[in-house]
Amino acid sequence: MKLGTSAIIGGLLFALAIFVGLFAPWLAHTDPVMGANLMNAEEPPSWIWWFGTDAQGRDIYSRVVHGARISLTVGIVSQLVNSIIGVTLGLTAGYWGGWWDDVVNGLTNLMLAIPSLIFALAIMAVLGPGLTSLLIALGLTNWSFTCRIARASTLSLKSQGYVQAARVLGYGDLRIMITQLLPNMVGPIIVIGTLGMGGAVLAEASLSFLGLGIRPPYPSWGSMLSEARDQITTAPWLSVFPGLAIFLTVLGLNLLGDGLRDVLDPQSRSRRT
Amino acid sequence: MTTAPLIEVEDLRIDLDDGANHVAAVEGVSFRIDRGETFGLVGESGCGKSITALALIGLLRRPLSVAAGAIRFEAREIQRLSAAEQRALRGNRIAMIFQEPMTALNPVSPVGRQIAEMFVLHKGKSWREANQLAVEALASVRVPAPERRVKDYPHQLSGGMRQRVMIAIALACDPDLLIADEPTTALDVTVQAEIIELMRNLCAERGTAILMISHDLGLVANVCRRVGVMYAGRIVEERRSDDIFSACAHPYTQGLVDSLPRLGSRAALGRSRLREIAGVVPAIADFPAGCRFNPRCAQATEICRTTAPETTWLGAGGLVRCHHHA
Repeated sequence: MKLGTSAIIGGLLFALAIFVGLFAPWLAHTDPVMGANLMNAEEPPSWIWWFGTDAQGRDIYSRVVHGARISLTVGIVSQLVNSIIGVTLGLTAGYWGGWWDDVVNGLTNLMLAIPSLIFALAIMAVLGPGLTSLLIALGLTNWSFTCRIARASTLSLKSQGYVQAARVLGYGDLRIMITQLLPNMVGPIIVIGTLGMGGAVLAEASLSFLGLGIRPPYPSWGSMLSEARDQITTAPWLSVFPGLAIFLTVLGLNLLGDGLRDVLDPQSRSRRT
Repeated sequence: MTTAPLIEVEDLRIDLDDGANHVAAVEGVSFRIDRGETFGLVGESGCGKSITALALIGLLRRPLSVAAGAIRFEAREIQRLSAAEQRALRGNRIAMIFQEPMTALNPVSPVGRQIAEMFVLHKGKSWREANQLAVEALASVRVPAPERRVKDYPHQLSGGMRQRVMIAIALACDPDLLIADEPTTALDVTVQAEIIELMRNLCAERGTAILMISHDLGLVANVCRRVGVMYAGRIVEERRSDDIFSACAHPYTQGLVDSLPRLGSRAALGRSRLREIAGVVPAIADFPAGCRFNPRCAQATEICRTTAPETTWLGAGGLVRCHHHA
């Protein structure tokens, strides 16, 4: 299996983000919330304060490192929820067809018609800010592309000889879906999932920026940007570093998604052996 | 033959109903297969062989449906069974192998796992036991180094090997009936002979009955004890394989026999050019009235164009549907 450069770069960036998130307590210099010291307020980046400090004297580097935990949790968990919902609906709709297919199609079109961020905003407004509601809001609003892909793959796979053969050999519907259909569509689903994860990280940042996501003082990249916007001219490092973290993570996920698409493309599959 | 047949098809009619048309694709088809017996269905493309086979395992899907007649497996009517009961028969008691070994295996699953799945599904084995049985099953279809081959993916195997794997899957649960739908059409000739030989030997060892479906009369007559010749949804002649070349009674069968190439001394005696049957099989929607073969039949007379011929019983269990049978 030959990985392209973009998949490698993307994979490394994503792995770095994961690493930072996992080992945040050891990598951080100070406590991200309690480490405030007004004596050190608004220090520019230096050897002591790598990314500078904010108006409360908190170390931005430590906050960015801890912010990775929240951003990645939201990105991974909400996209996982999206993938599960999308695959379940798309697979069953494509397989069974009929009225269920109509219902799922209608629902998918509905989701595609409403901008997902607006939908997530509405859910957040009802549930109130916080990590759990953020996961719910983003996990329920971005499954339509996955669903479309799963349904289309099912429709084309359904007529394949091995799916027919499985039926002839006495496989039940559920067994056919799990052993024959699902493994043959994981490629595109993973690609969509990776790209969606980048989208979820951005959406988390947007919602937190709007004050509906993670509440201060807990650091998420979006909420840090939100707090920093008043000081963008006087202390630009407050917005540059969280912004850079978002940028690199999303870039990494997108490169990884593109790279995986090239690797998992069924047409390149035969060349791989 | 006093024992109950393994499978008995009686006056089967399969309708095609796509909203606009409502026509019988298969009509009046009857045959029986005893335990361990081999029966072949021969006919051109579109004559209803494959949908008859699908009806046997209860897998006809819209727009096709069984409209009349009965299919009895061990005296139980297939259509009366629940979906779960039918599923328990499929793959376990009645198995099937297909024309395309390239596409009939799941490309993302190792072949050993696909064989093992049958033991888990139908025999309730644990995966550990099933994997062991899969190795044995691969060995039984003469795949070299089966313990290594079970980990291979279908694309790593040749066409012949894949068809062996298909046979291993089909025979995994020791079925009573194996339906072979054009099992060798996609393979080259030398591999064909090996696969047919393998299939025949394995089924003979285990007492598995075979229903073989093919357009190749020579092949079917070689494998099967009895042959049914289908034309446009009807069985026009059913004979013992030994009789079909020497004493066929229906003009269509005669046409098929004449269109087979002959080798050696017989070639010198006979003609130099292969004879073909003029015309094509009519589309399902416009089967002609009377005998369905009449537009292509040299011996057709007035009665052939108006009245469908009744079944005439010949000696030795043969039958023919023709007004002018020899």
